[in-house]
Amino acid sequence: MNLTPLLAVAAPSANPASNWITLGLFIMFVATTVAGALIAVNTVRIIRSVSGLALACVGLAGLFYFLHSPFLALMEILIYIGAVCVTIIFGVMLAEPDEPAPETHKRPYPVIAPLVAVVIAAGIFGGLAKLALGHKWEAPVAKINDGSVAAIGTSLLSTYSMAFELISLVLLVAILGALVIARGGRTKE
Amino acid sequence: MTLAHLYEQPDVYLVVAAFLLATGIFGLMRRRTLIGMLISGELIFASAGLNFVAMSRFVSPDPAAGQIAVLFLMGIAAAEVAIALSIIIAVYRNYRSIVSKELSEMKG
Repeated sequence: MNLTPLLAVAAPSANPASNWITLGLFIMFVATTVAGALIAVNTVRIIRSVSGLALACVGLAGLFYFLHSPFLALMEILIYIGAVCVTIIFGVMLAEPDEPAPETHKRPYPVIAPLVAVVIAAGIFGGLAKLALGHKWEAPVAKINDGSVAAIGTSLLSTYSMAFELISLVLLVAILGALVIARGGRTKE
Repeated sequence: MTLAHLYEQPDVYLVVAAFLLATGIFGLMRRRTLIGMLISGELIFASAGLNFVAMSRFVSPDPAAGQIAVLFLMGIAAAEVAIALSIIIAVYRNYRSIVSKELSEMKG
């Protein structure tokens, strides 16, 4: 199976409409990511928040595809939606994590606190966006590989083989630690 | 920066990544339950990944390096979620709640 990005290759074709279709798809993926992120942090029910995270990950997978990384787009869907979101949903089923009703938990500062959070978030977004837009990003003069799946596999097993082994160790320790922690709570009762 | 080739510019990806980071930090400040904070943390991870890939696609001479970094980042994120959820379940067993305000007592 050839995993080269079809959309980006098809962009400079003879048909001028194809370019606008590609642009429309790109804007759709950006909008999906932004909407998913907003849903993930602003809903009251946690299950909707998880759905927002999944939506944002779909949009991110599309953006990865536009960045000539179709392998990462696949992995984003597989790991984030297939593993992370499903695991969080299991956590939602085991605990009852809905945001408490406002009358049972009075917030000490109902107006100031959200305002401060919005101002801090807007400051971070504005500052980083200004930095990103203000800098002139220059393309490298030469590339040592083409970023294809074959190049990723070669680097993963040569240059980054040590990190590859270490990440598998980290995952093993994390799974064992998760089992121990979750089991310790059970035996106590 | 032309509109027709918007997806060939690094700026728009970086702005989207900055937006994801800002929403993640906003969620970390506003969420009152541990799972909500965990979801916000995942948004921050996603923002870092998008930044890595955009930089390696447009600026770096080695386009595979950023993609490999994001693969490792996904592994770290998956490990983090596994650990955090097991902690959340252990906390829920002890406190019958995962609202972060009620978890304010410590006992050795």
